[in-house]
Amino acid sequence: MAYVVGPACVADYSCLEVCPADCIRPRPDDPEFTTTEQLYIDPRSCVNCEACVPACPVDAIHHELRLPPEHAEYASINVAWFEESR
Amino acid sequence: MTESERPTRVAVVGAGPAGMYAAGHLLEAPGGTYLDGRLQQLVSHDVEVDVLDRLPTPWGLVRHGVAPDHPDKKLVQRVFEETAGRRGYRFFGNVELGRDVSAAELSEWYDAVVFATGAAGDTRLRIPGEDLPGSISARAFVAWYNGHPDATDLDPDLSGERVVLIGNGNVALDIARILTLPVAELARTDIADHALSALSRSRIREVVIVARRAHLHASFNNPELEELGRLPGVDVVVEHDDLSYGLRDALDATVRRKVTTLQRYATKPQHGHERRIVLRFLSSPVRVLGDDRVTGIRLGTNRAVLDGDTVRTEPTGVEEDLATGLLLRSIGYFGTPMPGLPFDDHRGVIPNAAGRIIETGTPMPGRYVTGWAKRGPRGIIGTNKVCARDTVRSLLDDLERLPTARTLTAADVESVIRSRCPSVVDQQSWLIRDAQERRAGRAAGRPRVKILT
Repeated sequence: MAYVVGPACVADYSCLEVCPADCIRPRPDDPEFTTTEQLYIDPRSCVNCEACVPACPVDAIHHELRLPPEHAEYASINVAWFEESR
Repeated sequence: MTESERPTRVAVVGAGPAGMYAAGHLLEAPGGTYLDGRLQQLVSHDVEVDVLDRLPTPWGLVRHGVAPDHPDKKLVQRVFEETAGRRGYRFFGNVELGRDVSAAELSEWYDAVVFATGAAGDTRLRIPGEDLPGSISARAFVAWYNGHPDATDLDPDLSGERVVLIGNGNVALDIARILTLPVAELARTDIADHALSALSRSRIREVVIVARRAHLHASFNNPELEELGRLPGVDVVVEHDDLSYGLRDALDATVRRKVTTLQRYATKPQHGHERRIVLRFLSSPVRVLGDDRVTGIRLGTNRAVLDGDTVRTEPTGVEEDLATGLLLRSIGYFGTPMPGLPFDDHRGVIPNAAGRIIETGTPMPGRYVTGWAKRGPRGIIGTNKVCARDTVRSLLDDLERLPTARTLTAADVESVIRSRCPSVVDQQSWLIRDAQERRAGRAAGRPRVKILT
């Protein structure tokens, strides 16, 4: 179980600044950051602390059990980003 | 007060995301700035920031670029509002660089100036007829439906059945949605009232989005592409592309997701809906047709050629005419020169090294650039945050060497600006207007009703 970044994300990375588990990618200095569509949470390292949720200015982050139905696929979209060979 | 005890005074030109993120980093949050994997204190003494904008309203493309049916993206203005509430922040709207103040004056008045002027022009198609009446830049069209004061008189002709958009970035998809969404949906957004009224009389039934290259190279992002499939009363059609290049395994997750969505659109039965959006690939605009106004566009069809593990695009020699009375050019924004500043015509940016403006090979003392004016019109809203951080880091590194002899006090700058610009909009006046717009919105079931002056 983990938190999930949805499509409203504008890559403002306020979430990453407060994440105690450093589980959000890409980071602002990663090469992928300049072209990314959004940020993603790695469910393997997310500790479910919820710190990212109020930090997000656009309310883009939800727990995977509470994703809006129209964005249900974002749990697997977040996972997929970390499964890329990189 | 000695020179070293007074606050460092910085002007930021442009109140869009680039300028507001720069102001946010200069007026550093108590938690610090994210750098090298952690929050650090980068600013060690008082800084005062005056943000200037040529418009009476702040937030740049968050107000005038983000599509009205994307209210969630506009929430990012909370970040800018928080910055604007910090001690040391002032806003001067309705103040234009080159008209009301010059770059040289700002350099004198302030210890440092950060230019966050964006990209005010468009990439040209470079084909005959592109300036005929009926051919409009996507920038102007977006500005029109978002109530930008420069575009209220655009009056686009929506009386034809088809619109052709050249280019398939997110801006093109935004426009396609605005042209096909039911008016009742648009009426719940902060779209400009003149656009709502024009769109309620629109006869457009088909929006054709034309791209030169194959689907693998599509410029739109996944969320925007996926949104098309959820538009009520709209069929999505994929044309002129072979969606099976056998490259699936070589694609990254982002492109693979786009291809999967396009395949779903291509195989989904059409519902015979009233309106449709056509995603047409492998077609280059050759010439705009029409004598005294646009009547159509001639497209040259291309083929995608597998070349090793990349896909090349080459012309087939076959041409096809598409009738339309409204052509929207959406192949990218491009910077325009700013008065008193150097400009790189080729890249459309202000030449710089790590945000320090460079003129004839030398950094101009105390002059910085950030955002699209620094790196070109690329990236999403948050891309400007790290961009601004790095410009601010350059500025902070230079602090000891900044030319400060003629720096004015905050009060002196304000009186010069007020004497030159009687219609200046300060933060207090903006907050009043913002509250008026939101109040009018609440009464109408909308996020806000924009005041269009």
